[in-house]
Amino acid sequence: MNKPIRTVSIFCLLLFLALVLNATYLQYYHASALNNRVGNGRVATATFSRDRGAIMVGRTAVAESVKTKDQYKVQRVYPQPFMYAPVTGWYTFGNETGIERTQNSYLSGEDDSLFVNRLVDLVNGNATKGANVLLTIDPAAQKAAFDGLRALGSDVQGAVVAIEPSTGKILAMVSLPTYNPNRLATHDFKKASAYASRLSKLRSQPLLNRAVQTTLAPGSTFKVVTASAAVQTGRYNANTLVPAGPTYTLPQSHSVVHNDVLSGCSSPKIPLIQAMEFSCNTAFAPLAVEVGASAMHKQAEGFGFNQQYFDDLPAQATSRYPAGLDPPSTALSGFGQGSVTATPLQMAMVTAGIANHGVVMKPYLVSSLQSPTSFETLKSTNPEQLSQATSSSTASEVTKMMVATVQSGTATPAAIPGIQVAGKTGTAQSGLTNPDGSEVPPYAWFVGFAPAQSPKVAVCVMLQHVDQPTDEIHGGTLGGPIAKDVMEAVLNPHG
Amino acid sequence: MHFVHRRRRGAELFLLVIALLVGVGAYAAVGLGVKEKVPADIVSYGGWLAALIVIAHITVRLVAPYADPVLLPIVAALNGLGLAEIHRLDLALDTHFARQQLVWMTIGVALFVGTLVLLRDHRVLQRFTYTSGLAAIVLLLLPMAPGIGKTVNGARIWIHLGSMSFQPGEVAKVLLVITFAGYLVLHRDALALAGRRVAMIDLPRGRDLGPILAMWLVSLGILVFQHDLGSSLLFFGLFLIMLYVATERAGWLVVGGTLFVVGSYLTFLFIAHVRERFQLWSDVWAHYGSGTDDKGRQTVETMFGMAYGGLIGRGLGQGSPWRIPFAQSDFIFGAIGEELGLTGSIAVIVLYGLIVERAFRAALISRDDIGKLLATGLGGAIALQVFVVVGGVTHLIPLTGLTTPFLSYGGSSLVANWVIVAILLRISDAARRPLPDLSVPDDADMESTQVVRLS
Repeated sequence: MNKPIRTVSIFCLLLFLALVLNATYLQYYHASALNNRVGNGRVATATFSRDRGAIMVGRTAVAESVKTKDQYKVQRVYPQPFMYAPVTGWYTFGNETGIERTQNSYLSGEDDSLFVNRLVDLVNGNATKGANVLLTIDPAAQKAAFDGLRALGSDVQGAVVAIEPSTGKILAMVSLPTYNPNRLATHDFKKASAYASRLSKLRSQPLLNRAVQTTLAPGSTFKVVTASAAVQTGRYNANTLVPAGPTYTLPQSHSVVHNDVLSGCSSPKIPLIQAMEFSCNTAFAPLAVEVGASAMHKQAEGFGFNQQYFDDLPAQATSRYPAGLDPPSTALSGFGQGSVTATPLQMAMVTAGIANHGVVMKPYLVSSLQSPTSFETLKSTNPEQLSQATSSSTASEVTKMMVATVQSGTATPAAIPGIQVAGKTGTAQSGLTNPDGSEVPPYAWFVGFAPAQSPKVAVCVMLQHVDQPTDEIHGGTLGGPIAKDVMEAVLNPHG
Repeated sequence: MHFVHRRRRGAELFLLVIALLVGVGAYAAVGLGVKEKVPADIVSYGGWLAALIVIAHITVRLVAPYADPVLLPIVAALNGLGLAEIHRLDLALDTHFARQQLVWMTIGVALFVGTLVLLRDHRVLQRFTYTSGLAAIVLLLLPMAPGIGKTVNGARIWIHLGSMSFQPGEVAKVLLVITFAGYLVLHRDALALAGRRVAMIDLPRGRDLGPILAMWLVSLGILVFQHDLGSSLLFFGLFLIMLYVATERAGWLVVGGTLFVVGSYLTFLFIAHVRERFQLWSDVWAHYGSGTDDKGRQTVETMFGMAYGGLIGRGLGQGSPWRIPFAQSDFIFGAIGEELGLTGSIAVIVLYGLIVERAFRAALISRDDIGKLLATGLGGAIALQVFVVVGGVTHLIPLTGLTTPFLSYGGSSLVANWVIVAILLRISDAARRPLPDLSVPDDADMESTQVVRLS
């Protein structure tokens, strides 16, 4: 019987060989395909359980992973939830927003540039740890912006963006109303999704980062663009007399434009600088028509309109200045109404471009990536020029006008003693009506930079909704003080 | 040349110490991996495991001193590894299967000792050919009996007596090997010699086809009435192997293979359960995730787990094997593959291969036919069972549902397999034992009486 026993044993050997080959196929050759397969909850959970890098502002973490006892081992926490939520976003199972999303591959440690770190972790027997992301945010400016907006009342809707003009670094980015990312990142997924659905049902849209995701009529702050376009033609300087008056009738139309201020604009001809100081709509509307739709369009695009330029947060809304506007629309665009819309970030870039001698820098939020263990810098962002919006001399003419506006015009609330501040206010008609038929109150804007001669910070404040009577809503009185506080926070770091 | 018969009990003890280190070490690693500390009961657990192993070893020393020294350590290592992995799943799922499994292991070792002590000569088993055959059939029919039989996960292979549940098929497997061996020893000549030659192959006579047809029908019956594809395949394959070994005629393989193909095709056509298993295997991705019937979840999660384990595994206690439904029983190989990696998977497969190899070795050197057939049958049973279950779990063949010997949670399986090992040790002891000295004593008065030297 021994011969068939040997045959059977060879047969069994083949069976076991097949098992070994199949296991090798599954665990070696086919393993990465299986690991990367959509719907592989095991790998998703493991990624979720990984010690994610922190999001840092200065030396403080605004998002970090702490150890927990539950099955996911780590919990994402946000120590200053409300102030930083629009920037950090939140991180939960299978979903992330804000910096958590755009920097996900670094925070999770999966990016190819972190391969060496992973290897070192493996050799040392440590679990893989993601890199820290250091933001460009100046904590003092961020706090000033946040406190300033909050002081306007509990149901304020608005945003503040501050930029370092020479680099494009975003020094502050605040959006209200905000939310608590800790409650969205909790491992109690039921509670988290209940909170998320409540937030998404609110009409005030707290999940929206108004600094980059909301486009509204910029109102008179857009006069900075109109003035730049005019000076850039070579036919205008600060003292050129331009037509003004108490009213202006739009070309090819019977619609009449008024001024918001009572004095300063009534003379038939005033210097351009005075039109800026008193924010004369009746001067800027004909000026835009005179400069021409195509020059206005070119100027707006020079500052970044109609483009996507911001990579560090998802879902950036595009600011619009349409090409080929007809004369009445061009006239309206001269003072930021009609078909012009802008995000607060876009208006901050206009301001920063003027402050930086006409050169617009690409805005960025991520300053550098740090090793999670040694804190050494792995990679840092280099400032990048987005465009040359105006010539240096045009920029200095417009600066002159904006300085005058703070000194003796509508923007005086932003004045800082001992420092020359440039600014421009805006109060934009929403053009919308509420469901009850009443008019939606105007949006208040403020843009500015300081010090005027060697700018360190450019700010844009946008107030979409403030719980105040319509005739109390002015860019200067509401936005000016906030802009001032933010600029002061940057200029006096220890004050 | 004089052959030295060696007992090799010291080697067995040394290997057993290593096996114990595997079991207790794995248990400690599970505690470290899940809770970051060595389990508090490591001493009592390790002590219990060590006691069981020492008792088994002493028994072998006393009643089967020439038995194969490798079998017991392999079984101890697999059993210890299985316990640790079940404990690991207990920690994740808050169940208490490991404690129960340790009780079953204790019963298994007790039966192992009892088998070795009571069964001093395996040839005795030939007396029970028909008794054990009858017992096997009764056991296989028990789950069909109303009141005690119960359908679990679609297969009616369980019996419940009070709080105890039992899978009689596992015990029937051992009894069937005894029956086949006893029957074939008596009838091998008739089955082997008569026949006609067709195309170089000796085919058996029609009237000799009775036994194999009967076995074929029994296997189909298990499949039709109990939905137990795994046992059905196992019993038929087992019978075929033993028939082939007993008769030394490849013709039986042709007959058996034909019957297997015909049976597979018929069941595929007429039995929804079999068709479903096959379709699940041919496109498992269509049966995974929301929006599908999700019947492929076990297989897919096992494949994901093994892929995630990679070459060296996540480490004991550091994977997520609880994601595989029933990981502690049928799918424990997937859990081990995830936590110990390809290295662990291959190690486990090789250990099974060694058990089978040792069983066949005992069969080769056994001095009697019943021993050869028993050892081949038991070794073949383990080989087929491991192939069917591990192949099914790793998506090599359609999933059939059998326990992984010594690793899976399950009392019937564990106890039956310990008895198999006891019988294998008994056969190898008989095979390796020196022959009794039958020569005439060489004493002094021979010279005085012997006149003519006869030889």
